[in-house]
Amino acid sequence: MTFDVLAMQAFTGLSIFTILMLMALGLAIVFGLMGVINMAHGELMAMGAYCSYGAARFFENFAPSMMDYYVFVGILLAFVVTSAFGFLLERGLIRFLYKRPLDTLLATWGLSLVLQQVYRQFISSKEVEVPTVSWLQGAWQPTDGIALPLSRIFIVVLAIVTAAAVYWLLFRTRWGLRIRAVTQNRAMAGAAGINTARVDAYTFALGCGLAGIAGSSFTMLASTGPTTGQHYIVDTFIVVVFGGVESLLGTISSAFIIGQMQSWFEFELSGSMARASILLLVIVVLFFRPNGLFATKVRR
Amino acid sequence: MLKVSGLNVYYGESHVIRDVAFDVAEGETVAIMGRNGMGKSTLLKSLIGMLPARSGEISLGGDLISGRPSFARVAAGMGFVPQGRMIFPYLTVEENILTGMENVVDKTVPAYVYDVFPVLAEMKTRRGGNLSGGQQQQLAIARALVSNPKVLILDEPTEGIQPSIIKDIAQALNRLKTDRGFSLVVSEQVLSFAVDVADRFLIIEKGEFVYEGPKETVDQARIHSYLTI
Repeated sequence: MTFDVLAMQAFTGLSIFTILMLMALGLAIVFGLMGVINMAHGELMAMGAYCSYGAARFFENFAPSMMDYYVFVGILLAFVVTSAFGFLLERGLIRFLYKRPLDTLLATWGLSLVLQQVYRQFISSKEVEVPTVSWLQGAWQPTDGIALPLSRIFIVVLAIVTAAAVYWLLFRTRWGLRIRAVTQNRAMAGAAGINTARVDAYTFALGCGLAGIAGSSFTMLASTGPTTGQHYIVDTFIVVVFGGVESLLGTISSAFIIGQMQSWFEFELSGSMARASILLLVIVVLFFRPNGLFATKVRR
Repeated sequence: MLKVSGLNVYYGESHVIRDVAFDVAEGETVAIMGRNGMGKSTLLKSLIGMLPARSGEISLGGDLISGRPSFARVAAGMGFVPQGRMIFPYLTVEENILTGMENVVDKTVPAYVYDVFPVLAEMKTRRGGNLSGGQQQQLAIARALVSNPKVLILDEPTEGIQPSIIKDIAQALNRLKTDRGFSLVVSEQVLSFAVDVADRFLIIEKGEFVYEGPKETVDQARIHSYLTI
């Protein structure tokens, strides 16, 4: 294996890692921290993707000169729209189901079907694509043998910025302290003086907003259709469960491990064999560490 | 300061607290004594709003607080230290204390906390879940104190804690009471601890108060007879 191939494979692994991380961050908050099994999380990603698509169409028609920057508008719009939707979803549905995980599962699965149909009915039953902006076309070639696609580099940077922002919010701000207290013991957090209902709503909204950002950035890699969310949701749950719920760092490390494995296994084996071996490995790890790879050990 | 009247609390269909009424004066300490399963915890949990009351009124300094959610009762001046401590296991000691400061403008841990509980200053950056039972108890008290409560509620603070630490906690509470001037409601099975801190005793049996008496005239043998089977 030459150095060029090695570097390309490592970059592919890094790219998959950041994609998985973007997908999993939102779910790590909604499922990992809050314990809500949100089967509609994938559809929220699709919603973010459609926001990007909407922004692209808007700029195309009304401000073609600004077309180069629609990406940022799309990401922002995706975050705002999906987190607002998440806020309403929590207030209108999820908060009545906190102690009923099975009902949550069914209700959110139903919601995912409704959303898919809404996309099909009101946007398009076909896959839609956004144009790649000029400054993300092509690849960066540090040497002759290495070509790193710019759109993937953009996603790497976006994922790192997003993860850093989430980390800062959770561990360096008063809001983060509230979120962590409520997710560890909701009743006690209330008795300590924290407005738990408000924290729940904002935390859920944040998780959904992150799904929006993920979906929005994936428009650079693939087209978006009504069932796009279904392709994302399984991988996302695997990353969160493998890393260990309640551990954000675990989610990130898990995304890294799975991303690198996917890249290297695919190089050596076929695509489906790679996926099968990763799933097998995840099962083995969860057999020996049911709380995930990075569960924190403390006296409860 | 705290006024409870006609309080009825149910666990599902079972009637646990029956028409309970009592008052706590400003600066007074009331010990609620009783055996396991007599309703001590249920009573205290319903005071802070962790359990809903079916009927009855709870008022704090003239403010009717029954019906409000827990956090609003804390804002009105209640502090709660639950049975089993319930500190946040993944938060550091300092973060645990900070969670109690929602209604305080200056969000830094006040110096008197570390003064009264020096062990918390040493353990500041450790996770709450890695502390011993006695340390967790002190942490839970500190977390409730920093909200500057008018009434502090302590549910079985001596449960599972070694005798020397129980003495320390009693001393710390007496010091804090005179310094900070709050009323205290404490549920207890350990008579010696209750005698150390309380001004008045209430005995609860099957969800009703069956005996009441101030410390001066208290018949320790009688209380003891209620605590033993």
